[in-house]
Amino acid sequence: MIPLQVTAFVLVGLGAAAVVLVRDPLRQLVVNGLYGLVLTSLFVILQAPDVALSMLVVGSIAYPLIVLIAVARVRSREREGAGG
Amino acid sequence: MSPGTRRVVLVPALAVLAAVIGAGLADLPPFGHPHSPYGDLLNRVAVPERHTTNVVAATVFDYRGFDTLGEEFILFCAVTGVVALLRDQTEDTGQGEDEPQNDALPVVLMLAFGPCVVIAAWLAAFGYLTPGGGFQAGVVFAGVALLIYLGVGHRHFVVAARDRVTDPLEGLGAGGYVVVGLAALIAGMPFLHNLFGPGETGTFASGGSIGLLNWASAVEVAAANLLLFTHFLGAHVAPLVRGGGA
Repeated sequence: MIPLQVTAFVLVGLGAAAVVLVRDPLRQLVVNGLYGLVLTSLFVILQAPDVALSMLVVGSIAYPLIVLIAVARVRSREREGAGG
Repeated sequence: MSPGTRRVVLVPALAVLAAVIGAGLADLPPFGHPHSPYGDLLNRVAVPERHTTNVVAATVFDYRGFDTLGEEFILFCAVTGVVALLRDQTEDTGQGEDEPQNDALPVVLMLAFGPCVVIAAWLAAFGYLTPGGGFQAGVVFAGVALLIYLGVGHRHFVVAARDRVTDPLEGLGAGGYVVVGLAALIAGMPFLHNLFGPGETGTFASGGSIGLLNWASAVEVAAANLLLFTHFLGAHVAPLVRGGGA
């Protein structure tokens, strides 16, 4: 394994741990986006550009949007509940 | 279940899981040498046989084209289900006052619009020559439409992504894939057999049916994602913005 690959693997490990450790859903979404970027870099470094592209579009467009909408919805419910 | 009982159940289960994972990891091929008979075979035959320089595209849309057909319809059915559930709640009245307040935001996003459309089209059009393909292109196309939402507001997004447009497009994408497969049947060959000959390696006109199937799945994925986004946004976010919450 070349140093670049080792670095990428270590970053992916750290990123995955960070995603799990962040408890606030909105912050977790941002951290998850960064983690997706690190994972995309790992796939590029391992010469799997097609997988990297899939990871990029799912991690940066599809997944954040759905989670963002879910968070917005839940928060508005909580507000409605609190405000009567 | 008391914590003590849970631990009694958990520890043996964890031990079994660890043993299975350990056995799997121990038998992995050494790093950087993921040679499998099927992968080696495809790497050897894909370029001479199909004249596509992206072996992944040749695998997904030709050698394993039938699997991709199944995946397309998984997406199709999933989106149909979601839309059926959400359509009643959606009020596409277009009366929202959710215009962005910041003047710079629409300009920046609309400047990004053109390049993003080009990237999506490139991913779809050259998916069998360079990395890319219908799936990635479709998601980027849907993401480009979201720029309208973010830049100029929900009202314009609803106009751009009407169900009247996206519904038929989704059908066209999923149905187009089947039609390409049936065309081979009509020509007296097996279902989804590669028509039109392989063309010249490395050019736009290579790969035969692969290019068509690629575009069919790009249209399907783009329309499916757009339908999802439109209905999620319409049912869940637009009412919030209109309500003026927070």
